[in-house]
Amino acid sequence: MKGRVTFALIASALMVFGGYAALYIAPDEKTMHAIQRIFYFHVPNGICSFIAFFIVFIANFAYLATRRPKWDWLGVAGAEVGVACSTIVLITGPIWAHPVWGIWWTWDARLTSTFVLWLLYTAYLLLRGFLDDPQRKAMFSAVFGIFAFLDVPLVYFSNRLWRTQHPQPVILGGANSGLDPTMGKVLLLCWVAVACIMAIAIADRYRLERLRYEYEELRFEVESRGTDARTQVEERR
Amino acid sequence: MKNFESLFAAWMVVWAVFFVYEVSVARRLAKLRDDINRLKQQMREG
Repeated sequence: MKGRVTFALIASALMVFGGYAALYIAPDEKTMHAIQRIFYFHVPNGICSFIAFFIVFIANFAYLATRRPKWDWLGVAGAEVGVACSTIVLITGPIWAHPVWGIWWTWDARLTSTFVLWLLYTAYLLLRGFLDDPQRKAMFSAVFGIFAFLDVPLVYFSNRLWRTQHPQPVILGGANSGLDPTMGKVLLLCWVAVACIMAIAIADRYRLERLRYEYEELRFEVESRGTDARTQVEERR
Repeated sequence: MKNFESLFAAWMVVWAVFFVYEVSVARRLAKLRDDINRLKQQMREG
């Protein structure tokens, strides 16, 4: 518990310092100026959503291979946190786009595939709510989660493969890509901060799912005890 | 600073989403803990 609180405090401090570095330490971008600083929250959340969905993908495979519930718990934890991160990406993106492009949104390959990714994992979470049997729920969502992950490489390569309104990649991009060293350091700091928050959120959500499993087990035990008691009373009659 | 409002809004969105999410997980955790304690109590009472 003490370790968790310490880690949460460190993550929050990193977020605050990351915000300060994004505003005051990172150099001004020549064409977009201040609004470009959204980059330091937008990109780390995009990367973290990919990491979270990759965790879901691995957990889903592991569940199908082992049928151990802990992989299902990790899958749902990763999916929820991934959806939270991509929600941030989908909100901060248009806030950045409006002053720069003059529009909030356009249906280009990068934006559309990101929105589809958000829809897929939201559907993954909704699907779980429709199924009562825990094993069927875990099984269906594992298959769906593996299928949904196919959109992640599509999002990543969309602005490399097609001409998009969304800028071309500045990290691991073509010959003309690249980032000022100070911008790179601030981006790394912000990414570490968001990754720490993501790790805390996944751990908390995993704990919630484990408790839910414990609750279902207990409820089953209480219900079966109640049924046994009723049968005994009827037999005595 | 030009577009400061947009920058501030984006920064607030990041905090708000994480904060609301963590609060929602904490509330769900607290409710589940209560339900588990209630069931354990029920089992003890037979």
